[in-house]
Amino acid sequence: MTTDSHALVPVEHSPIAGFAHDSRGGISNPVLGMLLFLTSEVMFFGGLFAAYFSVRANAPQWPPEEFRATLQILPLVGPATILLILSSFTCQFAVWAIRRDDRTAFLRNMTVTVALGITFLLMQGTDYVTLGSEGLTLSSGTFGTTYYTLTGFHGAHVFGGVIMLSVVLYRGMAGQFSSRHHDAVEGASLYWHFVDVVWILLFSLLYLLPGR
Amino acid sequence: MATTTLTPAASAYRSGLYAWLTTTDHKKIGIMYLINSFVFFFIAGLMVLVVRAELAQPGLQFVTDATYNELFSMHATVMIFVFIIPILAGFANYVVPLQIGAPDMAFPRINAMSFWMLPLGGTLLLLGFVTGGAAAAGWTSYPPLSEDRPLAAIGSGQDLWIVGLVLIGTSSILGAINFLVTIFKMRAPGMTLFRMPILVWTVLVTSVLVLMATPVITSALIMLFIDRNYGGSFFDPRVGGDPILYQNVFWFYSHPAVYVMVLPAMGMISEILPVFSRKPLFGYKAFVFATAGIGALGFSVWAHHMFTTGAVYLPFFSLMTFLIAVPTGVKMFNWIFTLWRGKLTLATPLLFALGFLSMFLIGGIDGAFSAAVPVDFALHDTYWVVSHLHYVLFGGSVFGVMAGFYFYFPKMTGRMLNETVGKLQFVLMCSGFNLTFFPMHELGLAGMPRRIADYSSAAGWNDLNMLATIGGFTIAASMIPFLWNVFVSLRSGKPAGDDPWEANTLEWATSSPPPPYNFDHLPEIRSERPLFDLRHGRTAGH
Repeated sequence: MTTDSHALVPVEHSPIAGFAHDSRGGISNPVLGMLLFLTSEVMFFGGLFAAYFSVRANAPQWPPEEFRATLQILPLVGPATILLILSSFTCQFAVWAIRRDDRTAFLRNMTVTVALGITFLLMQGTDYVTLGSEGLTLSSGTFGTTYYTLTGFHGAHVFGGVIMLSVVLYRGMAGQFSSRHHDAVEGASLYWHFVDVVWILLFSLLYLLPGR
Repeated sequence: MATTTLTPAASAYRSGLYAWLTTTDHKKIGIMYLINSFVFFFIAGLMVLVVRAELAQPGLQFVTDATYNELFSMHATVMIFVFIIPILAGFANYVVPLQIGAPDMAFPRINAMSFWMLPLGGTLLLLGFVTGGAAAAGWTSYPPLSEDRPLAAIGSGQDLWIVGLVLIGTSSILGAINFLVTIFKMRAPGMTLFRMPILVWTVLVTSVLVLMATPVITSALIMLFIDRNYGGSFFDPRVGGDPILYQNVFWFYSHPAVYVMVLPAMGMISEILPVFSRKPLFGYKAFVFATAGIGALGFSVWAHHMFTTGAVYLPFFSLMTFLIAVPTGVKMFNWIFTLWRGKLTLATPLLFALGFLSMFLIGGIDGAFSAAVPVDFALHDTYWVVSHLHYVLFGGSVFGVMAGFYFYFPKMTGRMLNETVGKLQFVLMCSGFNLTFFPMHELGLAGMPRRIADYSSAAGWNDLNMLATIGGFTIAASMIPFLWNVFVSLRSGKPAGDDPWEANTLEWATSSPPPPYNFDHLPEIRSERPLFDLRHGRTAGH
């Protein structure tokens, strides 16, 4: 190191720790990291959606004749969708609560969010069983393959989100979050909203978009 | 999250094996990236020596055609995914935090995880060789070839290939997030975006490419996996799937991946040329915008790999491919005018950098040439393509890696590499390289298809193939002085001191090797060359 009278940054033993909560303002490292991760997730689902559109456009008929009405028999899809959208709201309420240091409201809303997430997964499982008994499987042509791949990967993301939120809930119960330290809450909620948006797209695509 | 106090390690480089295996220090992780990458480089190099030996003469002398398919497939896969991409990430890991004056990466533990996925993923790729045959459908693994198993060798190897690549891709994505957050959030005071060293800029753009493109190949690989193992039909035309779909999703990643493989090498070259010509980089901002331009255009050229499918809109992709030569040409001017009238020191890093410039130029011109649709139709899947891609990825990336290695070795170890041995390596490598790959232009024009184990002796390809094989073994020979140099210099190389090259950027302001958390004090940052300013007494208000 050359001698220098203009030393700007005296470095202590834990220089990294200071960077996690940027004193210079702006978005925090973990939240920025989560946003970038979600960008990659958008591209991942973009690949799957592109595949869906491609095989759908190539098919002579969509849905194919034998599965013309299969997706319409599902009684739980509508309620599940409503519950998932609702969970996005409760998740955001939890974030707002911890931002104003209201830990009780934070924990209550987070608990509801996790419960709604689990309920969604159970409902999706029930739907899968119904569809399986109707004969729609991963290997029933492009229709079955795309349906299960898209909803399956979304379901896996809901599962991941539930785990993430459960960790946040557990840490919240241990009192680790406050209005100053809650990057994990912000990050997990961003992820949860993303999962929700993907589902709204999927729902519109698989259940609302008319066949041809 | 609670603020924790980190305990600094006692000493960075005298630490034991356990400290290395559990480290989160970006410098140690960077060095482990380099070591891991070179190990796989030698493995993939040995594979291709067998390939070249087989091709030296017509007929099958050494391996069966099934084994040949495995060898060239795994050569390309390992070179691309476990050597070039990770080794550049390794250099970036080591250098970027130092260059921006940061104590470490933004997420040190995620950084360690990104690294450890690589040896695991690489091993999974290679595991196919002991489970009844590695992937043999080429590194592109197009279905239906990779699905229908027409080749006896394709067993679980193809699935291991998929799993390995998904793992390596995840490692890349996590690395890219880490780089972006580090670059955007951890810069030292005074280090504005337009004072960042060029290498940091290239890593930034590379990370954006990785972040946006790699997940798409992950989706392609997962669809392939579902097709192969769970009766899916994404790519199976018999049940309504579309094999061209795979090519689209595959190349949507794999073309930007070319820039992932070359941009950081360009960044290192752009650090080296100014230092060894004693001039600032010519046209810093033009270079930055050219890099961003390559990144942006890189997403709109993927289908030039698919011209002959008849399923892509030729004029668009041809035009975009010609266009992307423009920012690349801008960089050529940056480099040439940096050298122009400079006070050149022909040290080994500069030699390899000049090798990069000239070889990459040939590869780039080949590329622009093949962007013309009729030319592409004639040359598609011939040895011309093999020549082109090696001029870019070997003549470009690998020469860049070597330049960076000779340049940064003193910083990483505190010792200089031997110049004479380095120059010997350069001469062997450069002549071997051109001997191998220049004849392939000719072979391609003569119609020799790529990925064949045997050819007719009447085809007129014998001499050029023999020449290429001799060249290939010359490249292999150039690795002997390289390894010798590293081995000897680590033990008894000349001590480097903090700044052996009189360089411009912050990594040379700390000791060699740098201490944990890198800096005790930072010089004032008033330009993109803070150390130059310090040496020449230029401070605020110039």
